[in-house]
Amino acid sequence: MARVVVNLPQQARRGEIMEIRTLAGHDMETGFRRTQLGQLIARDIITRFACTYNGVEVFRAELHPAMAANPLITFTTVATESGTLEFRWTGDNGFSATHSAQISVV
Amino acid sequence: MTSRRQFLVLACGALATGAEAQLPPNIAALRQAALQEAVRKVVGDVPVQRGKVKLELPPLIENGNSVPLSVAVDSPMTAADHVKAIHVFAEKNPQPNVISAQLGPRAGRARIATRARIADTGTVVAIAQMSDGSFWSDSVSVVVTLSACLEDGLI
Repeated sequence: MARVVVNLPQQARRGEIMEIRTLAGHDMETGFRRTQLGQLIARDIITRFACTYNGVEVFRAELHPAMAANPLITFTTVATESGTLEFRWTGDNGFSATHSAQISVV
Repeated sequence: MTSRRQFLVLACGALATGAEAQLPPNIAALRQAALQEAVRKVVGDVPVQRGKVKLELPPLIENGNSVPLSVAVDSPMTAADHVKAIHVFAEKNPQPNVISAQLGPRAGRARIATRARIADTGTVVAIAQMSDGSFWSDSVSVVVTLSACLEDGLI
């Protein structure tokens, strides 16, 4: 399980726009580099990221090799109701990481 | 008076642009064609208009391996009028796509930020797809002193 960091407010006012910052620990090997012997190093990246808010998808992204290592993704969502935000990263070689965070909306 | 640091930055920038000038023209054209192909895959035959989108990244990049960039789109983000997707492309990368983000009215504000790898001095393009099916774009020219992605002169 890869290390992931998600930064979002624990509490928000209803209707407030929250900024969510996510970071997943991953080398994001591009598949364009070679070893000293000239062998191409196989691509190994995170290809998808999705965020669901109480089961409803609010943000999704497809990542390509041009994302920097340890991909940082910052996006926003409207605080509609108290509940759980689930974050999921999936990628090459069966990579998968999840994180969930509680939010209380007042 | 130019400090040593400023001189080094300028010299590296000049080297980078010099290297670009020496590229065989067909490879530069190949990169351009790859970018257009990647954009066409996203937008189809719809014309892309300039405006509404604001792509921000540093004009001088010292390390292309991790370049902070943000894309903001001017949109009310209501159910009737919102940004459906934001795509970012880097012209000189071996594969132009960087990120494709799908968002909707629940985003509240059409802004994403991330960190990209940029292979060489060139343009970076952001395209936003609106809920009415139109496409808007912004592009920024950047100078890269230490390039990313490639270690075998693939450019």
